[in-house]
Amino acid sequence: MLKLDIFLSALANGLLTGAVYALIALGLTLIYGVLHIINFAHGATLTLAMFAVFVMHSAFKIDPYIAIFMLTPLFFGVGYLLQRLVINPASHGDDSNILLVTLGLSIIFENGLLAIFRSDTRSIDVPYGFDVIEVGNLFLSTPKVIAFVAAFAVAAALWLLLARTDTGKAIRAVAKEKTGAALCGMDVEHIYAVTFGLGTACLAIAACLLMPTFLVNPRIGNAFVLVAFTIVVLGGMGSIGGALAGGLIIGVVESLSGLYFGESLGQIGIFLIFLIVLLFRPTGLFGAKA
Amino acid sequence: MSTLLTCENVTKRFGGLLAVDNASLTVEAGSITGLIGPNGAGKTTLFTMISGFAEPTSGRVMFEGRDITALPAHIRAAQGIARTFQIVQPFAGLSVHENIAVGAYLRHAGRTEAMDKAEAVAREVGLDAMLAQPAGALTVAGRKRLELARALATEPRLLLLDEVLAGLNPSEIRDMIPVLQAIRSRGVTILIVEHVMQAVMQLCDTVYVLAQGRMIASGAPGEVAHDQGVVEAYLGHGAARKMQAHHEAKS
Amino acid sequence: MRTGLPVSLVIVVALLAALPLAFTANTMLNFLTFVMIVTLAAQGWNLLAGFGGQFSFGHAAFFGMGAYAMAILQVRYGINAWLALPLAMALGAVVGFFLGFLSFRAQLRGSYFALVTLAFAEVFRILANASSFTNGAAGILVPLKTSAADFQFADRRWFYWVALAFVALVLALTYHISRTRFGAHLVAVRENEEAARALGVDAFRTKLKAITLSGAITATAGCLYTQKFLYIDANLAFGPWISVEALLAPIIGGMGTVLGPLAGAMMLLGLGEVTKSLFAMLLGGSIPGVDLVVFGVLLILCVAFAPQGVMGAIKRFSSRGAP
Repeated sequence: MLKLDIFLSALANGLLTGAVYALIALGLTLIYGVLHIINFAHGATLTLAMFAVFVMHSAFKIDPYIAIFMLTPLFFGVGYLLQRLVINPASHGDDSNILLVTLGLSIIFENGLLAIFRSDTRSIDVPYGFDVIEVGNLFLSTPKVIAFVAAFAVAAALWLLLARTDTGKAIRAVAKEKTGAALCGMDVEHIYAVTFGLGTACLAIAACLLMPTFLVNPRIGNAFVLVAFTIVVLGGMGSIGGALAGGLIIGVVESLSGLYFGESLGQIGIFLIFLIVLLFRPTGLFGAKA
Repeated sequence: MSTLLTCENVTKRFGGLLAVDNASLTVEAGSITGLIGPNGAGKTTLFTMISGFAEPTSGRVMFEGRDITALPAHIRAAQGIARTFQIVQPFAGLSVHENIAVGAYLRHAGRTEAMDKAEAVAREVGLDAMLAQPAGALTVAGRKRLELARALATEPRLLLLDEVLAGLNPSEIRDMIPVLQAIRSRGVTILIVEHVMQAVMQLCDTVYVLAQGRMIASGAPGEVAHDQGVVEAYLGHGAARKMQAHHEAKS
Repeated sequence: MRTGLPVSLVIVVALLAALPLAFTANTMLNFLTFVMIVTLAAQGWNLLAGFGGQFSFGHAAFFGMGAYAMAILQVRYGINAWLALPLAMALGAVVGFFLGFLSFRAQLRGSYFALVTLAFAEVFRILANASSFTNGAAGILVPLKTSAADFQFADRRWFYWVALAFVALVLALTYHISRTRFGAHLVAVRENEEAARALGVDAFRTKLKAITLSGAITATAGCLYTQKFLYIDANLAFGPWISVEALLAPIIGGMGTVLGPLAGAMMLLGLGEVTKSLFAMLLGGSIPGVDLVVFGVLLILCVAFAPQGVMGAIKRFSSRGAP
C-alpha cells in the first residue's frame, strides 16, 4: 500500500507543521483575546524573528534551539515596546486605526528586511537538518518532531501562565472587563503590552523551531499572516484550544492539498477555508463567539 | 381614535434570559404613550423590536394594521417609524446640518430639498444656531436634540423616543417638554421610554409599565402611579403597604 | 439649484493637463502616468473606505481583474482595446458586487472585511499564477501596436492625458456623489451604521453599490496599467503592492475627500522616487524596499497625527485663516 504510505506521511507531516502554525496562531489569538485587536504585523514579525535566527546562526554560529533562550525574551521586549510606544499611542483606540498601524509596521518590517537582505531565499545548515525518526513505515523529520513537541509544551506553559500566575489572572481580568480591572487599580496599558509581548514571544519560539527545516525570505510573512488568521478564525477568535486544533487542521489541509493539487495550489485550500468560515460561519468551527 | 401600533404577546429570549415576556401594548394615533419601568425591565428591548433592530422570539408587531414583525429597520423607517437611541449615536464626523439631512433624505431625494428640510427641523427643535457645528462638538443636551431632529427629519408618523430626557438638567427638561408637545400637536404619534417621572406625568395620555419583561399595568398616568403593583416593582416587595401605612399614620 | 464643479477641481485638472508641456522628459511622463494609474486605483478605494468606511486590504483583486481582463480579451480573443476597456470595467464591477454581496451579507465589518478582501486578492493571485488561462507565472505580453486605435500611443503624453481624463472623470463623479443622497447614506453608514439604518438607510444596499463602483474604478486603473506597460503577471496585477498604494494614497491625502487620493498619490510616489534616488546616491546602487519603508512610516504617522490627511490639514488651515 504505497499510496496509503504517502497519504499517511503527508498527514503526519501536516500535523507536525500544523503544530508550529498553531504556535504562531496562538500568539495572534492571545493578542486578539485580550486586546481585541487584529495584529496585522504578526506575519512580518515572524519573518523578522526568522531572520534573527538566520543572523544568529550564520554570523555567530548559535544553534536555533539555543537561540530560543535569547530571542524569546528579546521579542517579548520588542512586542511590549511596540504596543506601548507605537500601536497604542498612534491608534487612539480606534479599531481601523489599529489595523492600519499594524499594516504600517508589517510594511516597514518586510521592506526593511528586503532592503538589508534583498529578496534572496535563505536557509540555515544544521547538522541534524535531515535527521529522521522512524515510526512504523513513516520517516518523520527530527526537527519537525522537536517542533511539534515544543509547540505543545509552549501552549501548555502559556495555559499555565494564564491559569495559575498573578500576571495570568491580571491578563484574564483585563480581557474580560478592562474598565473594571482599571478601577481595581490594574495598569491596563501595562497588561496590554505584556500580552502583546507574550504573543510576539511565541513568534520568536516558532521562528527558532521553523528555521532548521524552513526557508525564509522577506516576503514570507504574507503567507503566514493569512494562515495564522485562518487558524484563529477556524478555532474561534481568542480561544487557545481552538488555535491548537485549528493549527493542526490547517497543517493537514495544506499538506494534503499540496499532495493532491500540487505545490502552487496547496495554499488555495487554506484561503478557501478562511473565506468559507468567515463568510458562512464567522463564529469558527468550535462556536466561540466572534 | 384609531390604533397606530400594536404589540401582540411579544416575547424576546436571549439564551436563558427572558428579556421581554409576552408583552402587549397599543398606541393610539395622535397620542403620547409612555413606557416606564425599573432598570432592566426590557423597555429598550421592546423598542428594538418595534423599530426593527431585533426580531421577537414570538408575538407580532402591527403598524397601521400591517404585520411588520419581520421587516428590517430601514423599511420600517420608510413606512413611518423613527427611533432615537438611548445612548446618542451622532454621525460625529458630520456637521449638525448634515446629520439631520441624512434623515431628511428619506423623503427628499434632492440635496437642496433635504438640506432645507433639515434646516426646518433644526429650527423646530432649537438647533438652528448650531447647524454648521460638527456633531461631535455638541453638549449632551444638544446631542439629545440632534437625535430627536434626525428622527423627525424622516417625517415619521410614529416617533419612538428612548430616554431623550435622561442626562438633562431640570431646566433643559423644562425646555424640551414643549418641543415634544408641539411635535405631537402637528400629528406625530409618540411612544416614549422615560425615567423622568415628572415629564411622563405631564406628557403622556397613557402609560404602560414593564417590569422584569412583563407588562404589569397600563392606564392614565395618575392611575398607574398609584397602582400597588407598580410601586412594588419600583421600590420592592411590600413597599406599597408601607407607603400606605405611612400615609395613614400621617393623616 | 445645482452648481457645477468647484473651481478648485477644474484648476487642478487644468494644471495637471499642462504639466507635459513643461516637463517633456520620458522619465517624468512615465512617472506622471504612473501617478494617474495609482490615483485611479486609490479613488476606487477612497469611495468604499474613505466615504463608506469599509476598509479593504485587497483592492488588488479589482486592479488585477481589470489588468488581466484587458490583456486576455486582447490577446486571447482579439478584441480591440477600446472595447476591452468597458468590458474589463464591468468585470471589476461584477467582482466588487460579488465580493461585497458575500461579505456584507455575512455582516463582516472592520478587520474581518479587510482580511476577507485580502484573502480574495491572494486567491486570485495564486490562481492567476497557476492557471494556463492566464498564462501562469510567465504572465501575459500584449503585442505592441503603436496606434491610438489600439489604445497605445506613440507619444507618451497622450497616454498621460487619457489617464488624466479618467482621473478627472472620477473626480467629478466623486464630487457629485458627495452631494447626493447616496453619498450622504454612504457617509452615514461609515459614521454609525445602526443610526443610519434607523433613519431609513439600507446599509447593505449602500455598501454594495459603493463596492461595485469601487471595483469598476480600480479595475480601470488595472486596464491602464496593462496598456501602459503591455505586460502583466500575477504579482504585478494581484500583488499586495497595489492594495497598499491604493489605501495609502487616500490616507495620506485625506480619506473621504474628493482630491485626497490624487494629492496622496502625488506625494506618496514623489516621496518614493526621492527616497530611492537619495539612498542610491548615498549607498551607490539601488536598494529595494526603502521607499516602502518610508511609506509604512508615513502610514503610521498619518494615523497618529493627521487622521484627515493633507486635505484635512489644508481645510483646517484655511478655515482658521478665514474670518
